[in-house]
Amino acid sequence: MSGVRTPGSERARLATAGARAVTASALSRQPAKDRIKGNIFLALLLAAVTIALVGLSALVVQAFIEGGPRFSLSLFTDPPSSLNVENAGFRPALLGTLYLILGVVVLIVPLGIGSAIYLEEYADSDRWWNRAIELNIQNLAGVPSIIYGILGLAFIVRGPLDLGFILAAGSLTLALLVLPVVILAAREALRAVPPSVREGSLALGATQWQTIRKQVLPAAIPGVATGVILAISRAIGETAPLLLVGATTFVTFNPTFFGENFSALPVLIYQYAARPQEEFKVLAAAGVIVMLIVLLAMNSFAVWLRNRYEQQW
Amino acid sequence: MGRQMSKIAHLFKGDLVFRSKHKFLATLALVGALALGVAACGSDDDSSDASTSGSSGGDLSGTIKIDGSSTVGPLSEPIAELFQQDNPGVKVTVGTSGTGGGFEKFCAGETQISDASRPIEPDETKACAKNGIATSELTVATDALTVVVNKDNPVKCLTVDQLNQIWAPNSKVANWSEIKGLEPAFDEKLDLYGPGTDSGTFDYFTEAINGEEGASRTDYNNVGEDDNQTVTGVEGSPGGLGYFGYSYYLENQDNLKALEIDGGNGCVAPSAETAQKGTYTPLSRGLFIYPSKSAMEQPEVKAFLEFYLDNVGDVAEQAGFIPLTPEQLAESKNELATLESGSTK
Repeated sequence: MSGVRTPGSERARLATAGARAVTASALSRQPAKDRIKGNIFLALLLAAVTIALVGLSALVVQAFIEGGPRFSLSLFTDPPSSLNVENAGFRPALLGTLYLILGVVVLIVPLGIGSAIYLEEYADSDRWWNRAIELNIQNLAGVPSIIYGILGLAFIVRGPLDLGFILAAGSLTLALLVLPVVILAAREALRAVPPSVREGSLALGATQWQTIRKQVLPAAIPGVATGVILAISRAIGETAPLLLVGATTFVTFNPTFFGENFSALPVLIYQYAARPQEEFKVLAAAGVIVMLIVLLAMNSFAVWLRNRYEQQW
Repeated sequence: MGRQMSKIAHLFKGDLVFRSKHKFLATLALVGALALGVAACGSDDDSSDASTSGSSGGDLSGTIKIDGSSTVGPLSEPIAELFQQDNPGVKVTVGTSGTGGGFEKFCAGETQISDASRPIEPDETKACAKNGIATSELTVATDALTVVVNKDNPVKCLTVDQLNQIWAPNSKVANWSEIKGLEPAFDEKLDLYGPGTDSGTFDYFTEAINGEEGASRTDYNNVGEDDNQTVTGVEGSPGGLGYFGYSYYLENQDNLKALEIDGGNGCVAPSAETAQKGTYTPLSRGLFIYPSKSAMEQPEVKAFLEFYLDNVGDVAEQAGFIPLTPEQLAESKNELATLESGSTK
């Protein structure tokens, strides 16, 4: 629409401005009924946001009120104790959670991005099998986590893979659980890269793989990272599948990646919250704080990574 | 990104080790665990290498996996902790998958000891036998399943028949006034709380009250494994009624009222004494551990079981359980001695 300023274009500008003013005044002369409706809608939206935030902050505040006095650095460094609950810590469970998430990240980043690249860049969505894969991934994202736990127990811990109740089996199960989220997010991110970028690269003689590797993927990394952050946040809080694939309650020594006998923070919080003694309930609340800190630390790291890449491009 | 994360994890771990520098053992345990993890990677049946040395004391090593009842777990945990203090080479873990879940793993040969808040069932024994796992039972403590109501509830005592009216599978009782023979009359909406169907407590209660394990009305507030929800629920509901292990009542005596139970010989209140004497019927029950016969050939498991029975009395009381009477404890020890002599061939 822009051009050299000529009397004609000036006239056009004035005409546009005039039309806009007329439209604006017409809009502001909406019937009172419509305006009220609009305000009610806005109020409903605000209420929705408020309910979500109030629920969340109530949980966090309660955890801090109950567990705050119990919170100390020794929670991170001491092993659990049932003899001396006042001085018990979460070290083995904390390390268990960190290892689990580490395993999840190692698995979901290549698998998730790989699947997304295939589906978005290579797959012909007219073929029925590609459409079936897409449909399945979307459905899998909504499957309850306990189902993945049963799957993990039947196929990974026992059954075909027969890994036993080892930490890596937990990672694998959690990775399967969050993989759909990563694939969906990565696909969205890839789709958001303008076609002109691809076309430009191809026109300059790059192959499809070179285009993806050098142009499309770097542009999509922030979006992919968001997907990974969401996936980690979900995986870190999962209890049910871990219980099925062998996370135990009372472990006083540090876990190993391929070793049995690991624990995880959410499992301990879940078990402690159900104990009759007050000290255990307080410990569970303190555990919630520990988990929030770990989650926030992990996510800030991921966000920092994402922003770094965003600036580079 | 993965590499970055691992770097972070390592930094963090280093930090932990620094802070607990004086806890040299923790570091040792980590190194040992790493070595074990690498060594045991893949093979899950542990042929313990230390089994040749039969000497007792601090030079035992190995791993003992316990799983099962979340009621018995808090009793096994402190004992495992004490045992590990005396035997730093032995790692004991305690899981709380529930009595049924514990037996499932136990019979698959995945644990050495199973915690149980009810005796093993014929089905489970069969499953164990199929995998060549011989079971044996040791009673370690007593529990009084406690039926609790709101503080303001005037009712003091219920008979087993009245409990059955309430909890029977097809029960339509919706108000306290519909319970036959209730003393004193009480008109309030009945609000029921109970544990989930995986729980040994549920199994025991349904067996004792409804005559068949697992038979229960289903329209109650199912609190799953979290009996604290029963506490909160009954506390806040005038017509509330729920049941759980004695330790939950012990911790909430000020906010809840425990009903006396009439099992045919008059009303008896749940207490350590009545449960030990066996007069609190039919809701007093034993808490058990089930070692597998093959595991008992491992010296560390044998030592642990002896340690368990030697210490369970003191620990039980501290952890809010009802300890066995000296006679009952002696009986369990005898049982263990018989098992041991049997297992050494």
